[in-house]
Amino acid sequence: MKRMSGPLVPWAAYAVVGVGALITLAPFYFMFVFATQSRTNIFNLPPPLWFGDDLVTNLKILTERLPFWRNLGWSVYVALASTALTLLFCSMAGYAFALMEFRFKKALFTLVIATMLLPSFMSMIPTFMIMDALGWIDQHRALYIPGAASAFGIFLMRQFASTAVPKELIEAARMDGCGEFAIYWRIVLPLLKPALGTLGLITFISSWNNFIGPLIVMRSVDNYTLPLALRSLQSTLNTEWGALMTGSAIATIPLLILFAVSSRQLIAGLTAGAVK
Amino acid sequence: MFSLPSALRLSPRWAPYVLISPFLILFAVFGVFPLLFSLYLAFQSWEPTSGLGAMEYVGVANFVFALGDEWFWKSLKNTLWLAVAAGAPQHLVAIPLAVFIHNSFRRLRDGIVGAYFLPYITSTVAIAIMFSALFSTDFGLINAGLGLVGVGPVDWLNEPASLKPVIASVVFWRYLGFNVVLYLAALQTIPKDLYEAATMDGASRWQQFWWITLPSIRPMMFFGVTLSVVGGLQLFEEPFILTRGNGGTDQAGMTAAVYLYRMAFDFNDFGGASAMSWLLFTVVVALTWLTNRTFRPKGGAA
Repeated sequence: MKRMSGPLVPWAAYAVVGVGALITLAPFYFMFVFATQSRTNIFNLPPPLWFGDDLVTNLKILTERLPFWRNLGWSVYVALASTALTLLFCSMAGYAFALMEFRFKKALFTLVIATMLLPSFMSMIPTFMIMDALGWIDQHRALYIPGAASAFGIFLMRQFASTAVPKELIEAARMDGCGEFAIYWRIVLPLLKPALGTLGLITFISSWNNFIGPLIVMRSVDNYTLPLALRSLQSTLNTEWGALMTGSAIATIPLLILFAVSSRQLIAGLTAGAVK
Repeated sequence: MFSLPSALRLSPRWAPYVLISPFLILFAVFGVFPLLFSLYLAFQSWEPTSGLGAMEYVGVANFVFALGDEWFWKSLKNTLWLAVAAGAPQHLVAIPLAVFIHNSFRRLRDGIVGAYFLPYITSTVAIAIMFSALFSTDFGLINAGLGLVGVGPVDWLNEPASLKPVIASVVFWRYLGFNVVLYLAALQTIPKDLYEAATMDGASRWQQFWWITLPSIRPMMFFGVTLSVVGGLQLFEEPFILTRGNGGTDQAGMTAAVYLYRMAFDFNDFGGASAMSWLLFTVVVALTWLTNRTFRPKGGAA
């Protein structure tokens, strides 16, 4: 089959797309290069274009200025907790919306969609107030509980469940005397596995990157997650750029690994709302 | 199958309600209630440090103050400027890029798409920190490069005139790949025979792009532009980090969301900030509606 472009497309177009991709990746490259350079080296003329040998020194500065490993630990903890809760709550609700009949179902689902469109700044102040009222300021649960029934997750689960879970199977199980909870746990959840994987990835990544949430509720450096901890280094005078780059690089590595092993699934999931 | 004591077994009648209860509870506690409370707060004068008892009803004073506040208008203008300057190029570049990738890449396709998409999933904070270093005055990589051709050094992050373009380009860089993926998905749905028939009829490639490709991806353009508008109007993290949380020299990089944050958490004016958030919300709704009218595919377009 002949494509409309073929050899007609000038090589220059390939070059532009390729160079564009390299420019897009360049900041990541320099993040890792700078992570191995001292502060003075980074701003030398000419600036370093290749890896140096100050990684250990940078790491030392980083761990002196911040409880860095603790911050990393909190990031992992919050991301895992948030992923586990989100998978549970969204699969429950998504299953119900896809395969069950109940009162106000339509109205409630419209509500789910509506919350996806609510601008994030609307919840900035109310979130602080409610956390303050609950006594959750500076508590990690303030980071992983409120978003656990995310509208995006419920939407994704509902879309998937309505095609992947046959209604007859549920009814047959019910006839056999299988309890409703057992149906969800033993039949529905295994069928939802691919979508759970996608949602898990997306939730983990967005929790890992979350900045506004912790910015509003976390107070002590010892409890900070990585983005907030790194940002606190930046706001001091005489920023330790080398150390800051090392920290940013370490915060980026898990994302690069996840992306390398699952980019297709991730891209498909993140744009799921667009492709009906 | 394991079995539970019959008292604990869910009856089919109640099962759906139990299944959606986490959503309902979380949504009520962390969604509806705070939102209503912020509406209430918009009519109060209150500083969180003085306790809930110190709240005082002030009518529409907060709204009047916001509408007369120079910084409010400035931040709104900055936001619109950034939304357009960062948003429009995303689509103008993403559409031809997606068409080209769709037509001309096979084996390398995943790699190329992945490269453009990667910024979208990385931490805004790490990215913004990285760009602060690249755009540093003495001698970030960009000024060093410009120095080679005898330009600069430019004080990128401290000059009001250059700060906004820097923020816009970081946002552009971050979301370009996302839009490329959206358009690729749309391009895949266009039937190949349309192009074949057009080629037989002697249509040029440009005519095919104009009369087949563009109309076919119009619904996706509508969707993508809506996302860019809504996203652009709530821009927070990039300007916040690049200006070290204060909006930059002369508030040149202060978006509405950054000002909102500062008003509440730096200036302790929660009532004023709540009023402002509702004003902004109105702006977002109005502009989304406008985008809707401009870009919505007419009738039952393919």
